[in-house]
Amino acid sequence: MEQTVLTDPAPVSQRMGHFLKQNLREYGMLLSLVAIMVFFQIMTDGTLLQPLNLTNLVLQNSYIIIMALGMLLVIVAGYIDLSVGSVCGFIGALAAVLMVNYEWHFVPATLVCLLVGGAIGAAQGWFVAYFKIPSFIVTLAGMLVFKGLALALLNGQSVGPFPDTFQKLSSGFIPDWFDGSELRLTSLLLGVLVALTMVVMAWRTRSNQQLHGMEVEPMTLFAARNSVFAVLLVALSWLLASYKGLPNVLIIMFALMVAYDFITSRTTIGRRIYALGGNEKAARLSGVRTERLAFYTFVNMGVLAALAGLVFAARLNTATPKAGLGFELDVIAACFIGGASASGGVGKVMGAVIGAFVMGVMNNGMSILGVGIDYQQVIKGLVLLAAVSVDVYNKNK
Amino acid sequence: MEPILEMRGISKSFHGVNALDDVNLAVRPGEIHAVVGENGAGKSTLMKVLSGVYPYPEYSGEIRFMGRERRFRGIAESEAQGIIIIHQELALVPLLSIAENIFLGNEPAKYGVIDWTFAHRRTRELLQKVGLKESPATLVTDLGIGKQQLVEIAKALSKEVKLLILDEPTASLNESDSDALLQLLLGLKAQGIACILISHKLSEIAKVADAITVLRDGSTITTIDCKDGPASEDLIIKAMVGREMADRYPPRTSKVGDTVFELRDWRVFHPVHTDREVVKGLNLSVKRGEIVGIAGLMGAGRTELAMSVFGRSYGRRITGTALMNGQPVDVSTVRRAVDHGIAYVTEDRKSLGLVLADTIARNTTLSHLDGVSRHGVIDEGREFAVANDFRGKLATRCSGVHQQVVNLSGGNQQKVVLAKWLFANPTVLILDEPTRGIDVGAKYEIYSLVARLAEEGRSILMISSEMPELLGMCDRIYVMNQGEIVAEFPAAEASQEKIMWAIVKASQ
Repeated sequence: MEQTVLTDPAPVSQRMGHFLKQNLREYGMLLSLVAIMVFFQIMTDGTLLQPLNLTNLVLQNSYIIIMALGMLLVIVAGYIDLSVGSVCGFIGALAAVLMVNYEWHFVPATLVCLLVGGAIGAAQGWFVAYFKIPSFIVTLAGMLVFKGLALALLNGQSVGPFPDTFQKLSSGFIPDWFDGSELRLTSLLLGVLVALTMVVMAWRTRSNQQLHGMEVEPMTLFAARNSVFAVLLVALSWLLASYKGLPNVLIIMFALMVAYDFITSRTTIGRRIYALGGNEKAARLSGVRTERLAFYTFVNMGVLAALAGLVFAARLNTATPKAGLGFELDVIAACFIGGASASGGVGKVMGAVIGAFVMGVMNNGMSILGVGIDYQQVIKGLVLLAAVSVDVYNKNK
Repeated sequence: MEPILEMRGISKSFHGVNALDDVNLAVRPGEIHAVVGENGAGKSTLMKVLSGVYPYPEYSGEIRFMGRERRFRGIAESEAQGIIIIHQELALVPLLSIAENIFLGNEPAKYGVIDWTFAHRRTRELLQKVGLKESPATLVTDLGIGKQQLVEIAKALSKEVKLLILDEPTASLNESDSDALLQLLLGLKAQGIACILISHKLSEIAKVADAITVLRDGSTITTIDCKDGPASEDLIIKAMVGREMADRYPPRTSKVGDTVFELRDWRVFHPVHTDREVVKGLNLSVKRGEIVGIAGLMGAGRTELAMSVFGRSYGRRITGTALMNGQPVDVSTVRRAVDHGIAYVTEDRKSLGLVLADTIARNTTLSHLDGVSRHGVIDEGREFAVANDFRGKLATRCSGVHQQVVNLSGGNQQKVVLAKWLFANPTVLILDEPTRGIDVGAKYEIYSLVARLAEEGRSILMISSEMPELLGMCDRIYVMNQGEIVAEFPAAEASQEKIMWAIVKASQ
């Protein structure tokens, strides 16, 4: 072992440079998000980060982010899912029919909707994984099928409104036990707690790495990064707390984000998905059950698309035949802006989340500035192209 | 005679590391000039400089071709002068026909409309020149790798080649195809076409080369003139590795125990042509601590046999019994085969063995993630330690286990594949062409490792097309031909001639 341990640490500055270079992608993404936020904050005279707008920003992007988590896995595994927008709309329609027309209670209705989402994912996943039809084609078919089924289910009409309890999924806020009318203390405390937990977890990971002689992030960088994160989290929850507190959907979204980040970076399942996307044949010959894994990736995507459909329907408070239209494009764009590779095997959950926020902040900021929907699309398209170009350029350098 | 090509004082560095340092190479007209060296010695870099992949200011030195100094700015320019490279990985489009491939990018066309009659006639002439009896309309994907190589050469001939560069042309060819190719090179030489041949196979070089330039660590070590008879292999190897290579195989004391693994009446059918039997009721066994070789020509069904045993990764309608320590075992999926202690190290490490974009550490643990995780959560620290441990044991040369495997040399990539399977702790290790495309020094390291594994009591099945390797390493050798075992020798009684004889007799 002696000869393999890094016995001769390079000077700190040099190591820092080396580390920054290696992780340029992640820091770069985060910095561009911050830059975009600062830009719009200034351009909109501070409207962007006002508590009300910030809350809206979260609500508006929650369903995109929820789907981006599943899409990232699909893309990393080397596939694509074009049907998520349609599935999202279809599930919203199903929820409306169950809860409004048949007056189901929201709990069984929600469960059925999630199950149906899983079943849709399973059906598409079966064709992709076991029947070996390219995912692009299978999900293109799915996109048409579920768009049509949503129309059929709703008879071309909008159905609503939903029961109040169901609306809380999107428009509700976590209760405040401290009865703070100016500042929702529970929300703030929760934010602080999460920030602390994250710092502690990061510290433990770092010590474990050190214990095994791994190269770790230099202390200064580690401290800087974590304190910035913690401060941002606390600031965010403070801002939200000064309005109505943390939205319910933010809690769901955050829990999912943490869970999927953990799954992709720390578990054997996550590792196998990366191997599947990186080299399917090698993964199979290494004992990875590639077909089953691909299948479950699609099942997971279906469930998340269903959840997003519910969140979106609850937010609009009606199910419309047009719900979910074009969502798949935002979701896929979020993953690619976040550094996922179209050929599979590369991509990170946090990248996709940041990518989704980049898109979200731009949507929101441009709307406040009064940029028309026409040019918004043009700008978003160019940003996607630019982000991926920067990636490719860095890789070739 | 004035050389057709002269490269003088060529130096090239990547990020401050010298890949080539003052290299000299002179090729005379109508000469077959072999360039040899260990992996990483700078052969490919030198050829890239020559063909303009690295254009002028990126290297220093002088290239003179046909009496004039040249500074090629790209492959198109060097090709226009008649310098044509055929890479190890063939650059043919599988779903296009031979004729379409030969004239790809160089179509005989008027106003963009291709004259196919002419193209096919010309193709037929070219195919005749290279001795390939196929219709110009045959799709390249339907040709074996040896014939594809000939198509590449025909393509080169279609462009008025003056200097042909072949990078490891026989690496994936069997003996008879290799011989045919070498004969063809001699034929081209007679027509005055000069040729640079990059190869690891010294026996071939001895057959055809007029001169040999040896590179080591980016420098020219020596150029050997073979006019007065071929150079001795020992001399070349010594120049390549810079040290005496007393033995090409490590010493072994074999302690062979009881039978560990057995196949009985193993039958496999072709996955597409389902009525074709690829493995025909074959029996074999491996004992504890034994290294058993499987010799045979390409297409004998050796890889197919190994992959069918390893989780039915090849073929259909597989029947027969696999026994481990006398008990029948289920090897119907890769996972089950691994659980029963079988590991298969593929012959095609880039496409079947490694996740190239991943790190050494991640590749090392992929086949046995349970070994570094608890309840499905990976302990990255432990993974790092495991990968580092194998890096030390196998002497893998890398900047660290977080390096991507795509950046490693062939020999080191092979070590990562081996590490991956050793971590799964197999009792039976099937090695398929374990030293293909690996330089002499790394080969010796792999042999030593294999010997050590056998001493630890593991059973090893070694598939190889290099007979000296089998003779040097194995306790026992099976000879396989057309899906059957046609002979079996204890290593002491085996010889290249006997193995070849067994194959020839069986083929009749």
